[in-house]
Amino acid sequence: MSRNALELWVGLFVVAGLAALAMLALRVGNLSTVNVTDAYKVTASFGNVGGLNVKAPVTMAGVKIGRVSNIQIDREDYSAIVEFSIDRRYNNLPTDTSAAILTSGLLGAQYVGLEPGGEDTYLKQGDRIEITQSAVVLEQLIGQMLFSKAQGDG
Amino acid sequence: MTSIRGLGRWVINSVLRLGRATVFLTATLLGVVLILRRFRLIVQQVFAVGVLTVLIIVVSGLFVGMVLGLQGYNTLVDFGAESSLGLVVALSLTRELGPVLTALLFAGRAGSALTAEIGLMKATSQLAGMEMMAVDPIERVMAPRFLAGFVAMPLLAAMFTAIGVLGGYLIGVGLLGVDSGVYWTSMQEGVDVYDDILNGVMKSVVFGFVVTWIAVFEGYDAVPTSEGVSRATTRTVVIASLAVLGLDFILTSLMFSEV
Repeated sequence: MSRNALELWVGLFVVAGLAALAMLALRVGNLSTVNVTDAYKVTASFGNVGGLNVKAPVTMAGVKIGRVSNIQIDREDYSAIVEFSIDRRYNNLPTDTSAAILTSGLLGAQYVGLEPGGEDTYLKQGDRIEITQSAVVLEQLIGQMLFSKAQGDG
Repeated sequence: MTSIRGLGRWVINSVLRLGRATVFLTATLLGVVLILRRFRLIVQQVFAVGVLTVLIIVVSGLFVGMVLGLQGYNTLVDFGAESSLGLVVALSLTRELGPVLTALLFAGRAGSALTAEIGLMKATSQLAGMEMMAVDPIERVMAPRFLAGFVAMPLLAAMFTAIGVLGGYLIGVGLLGVDSGVYWTSMQEGVDVYDDILNGVMKSVVFGFVVTWIAVFEGYDAVPTSEGVSRATTRTVVIASLAVLGLDFILTSLMFSEV
């Protein structure tokens, strides 16, 4: 095989390999959907986050508008502080927006649902959502039901 | 008594081989630095090691992806979760099957050829001839082959994974009726560029290094007879495959322990 043909084949090989990598990053992975720079962060405190994970979606009216970026414990009152990064396009969330930890389906993954309020002022970077609803822990719910049933019988 | 002596001899030989392999690797890596000036030698080897392996990689990737699509669908549909088919296919390919199967195929297709070629060069005294002409065979023969394998393997693994995802798409969307948009979004939701894809690429880089090292060393260390070359070729495939599977377990437990 001539030298030119050989170099052409190797060049094609490298291009095909890099194209496959690019396809993996853009089409298969989430490189095209994540814009870390174009987000602002708000926090909310919950009594119990249940099985919520970092990177879980944050939705409003069922539409994904951000991700959970951090979860930690408040040293003062032992509640969970959840930090959301929300897409800069949705910077008009009222300050009295409420946050709830919901489950997709009966046993599905947990996510955060935001419900807009009626204030005229909007949430900014570093603000805190005051009205929150903790995750529903199924075991606790069943436990409470059994307990109240037992009390009713006795 | 003789069995204990046999064990001792085996241990001493193994340690000696490991030592020779390490010395050889150091010399090869030094040779790689020197050989960078002679780019054409590397291009030639990338052709032999990489381009000629593309066909088997593409065909295997397509079929593995198609089987994953079929099996994944049959299991997921029982739970009404066939919408995560794309995620199942993509995660198993990027994390495990892409790098590992490519490395195994690479060892069988390119590694054995490398060992046989170098072993035969040794058996026909070509390497000794080079030394007589004051050409360092490690720099002239081993280094470009080693570098070519190291470069080609991650590219091949990326091709395998990409084709596999398309194969899963072909079966899942084309044949079984999963929605095309759902296939891709479930994938993009769940596959992380750093946690999954970059770790998969790192795996393939490590496998490329190890498989090529074993292949080139076995050829260089072969007994210079026709039987010795055939044994060395077999050993390349066996040792490289075992090394890939063992290393894969170690790398997985290091990379994905927290995920």
